[in-house]
Amino acid sequence: MEQFAQVKRSKDGQPVRYLIVDDSVFARKNLARMIESFGGQVAAEAGDGLTAISEFERTHPDIVLMDITMPQMEGIEAAEKIVQAHPEARIVMVSSVGYQENIVAALQRGARHFVQKPVKPEVLYEVIKYVLGEDGAVATSAGAGV
Amino acid sequence: MEEDAYRRKGVAGMVALTGDIEGRIILDLEPQTALRVASHYAGADLPESDGLIKETIFELANQVVGNAICALNDQGFHFRVHPPLLLTSEQGDKTSEDVEALMICFETSMGNVFMNVALRYNKQRMADHKTAGA
Repeated sequence: MEQFAQVKRSKDGQPVRYLIVDDSVFARKNLARMIESFGGQVAAEAGDGLTAISEFERTHPDIVLMDITMPQMEGIEAAEKIVQAHPEARIVMVSSVGYQENIVAALQRGARHFVQKPVKPEVLYEVIKYVLGEDGAVATSAGAGV
Repeated sequence: MEEDAYRRKGVAGMVALTGDIEGRIILDLEPQTALRVASHYAGADLPESDGLIKETIFELANQVVGNAICALNDQGFHFRVHPPLLLTSEQGDKTSEDVEALMICFETSMGNVFMNVALRYNKQRMADHKTAGA
């Protein structure tokens, strides 16, 4: 996988913590590999929207990567519930059903961005930097701190 | 078009669609093809029994169907995609007069990939859209 300059939390220089929500184990593993290559850390994983809400409450991640089509509770509804309780939550929708209607619905309900599957690491990397804004810092060289 | 019942080739994921057009799409890979594809995505050789093989085919089905649906949705058709299901029976439903199945075989360097598409117009919903647009 391509090498990326590490993205850390600017407040303490620690790895960015992610909650990965997808009903596919394959997709979760794939996303986990990507975020580790960005210098991030998987705080928790969930396979449906309901579990995502409880895992968010338990781990308070810096970023949530959320699929849309899932059993029990879909991603847009879960994102809305998380943002209602935690307006500061940064949720990025990651889905193969990226048509206009879904993107608008997700953004209106509190998601910060949308990434279309299949996920290209370089696209996800840029989105993460954008969503973190000043709360993220890119290391200037491999192995360097903040 | 295929009128006989669908016969599974190997590892098959089925994605159901509901909305203006409804039905299902099956992505089906012969066992050795599924193993090669899953190993490729995993970046390592997987054993034949690995559960990740099924997961990989599910996610592939989800992404292929999802991307196709995006294009159609932006053209005005409204669908809902359901999570992929494992197709376990050797033989599926026969097609009917208003649901014909299109069988497509993609010859790839990793082996043959089969896609079986059985969809029909939801006439009631289409009529509702026309009425609303009139």
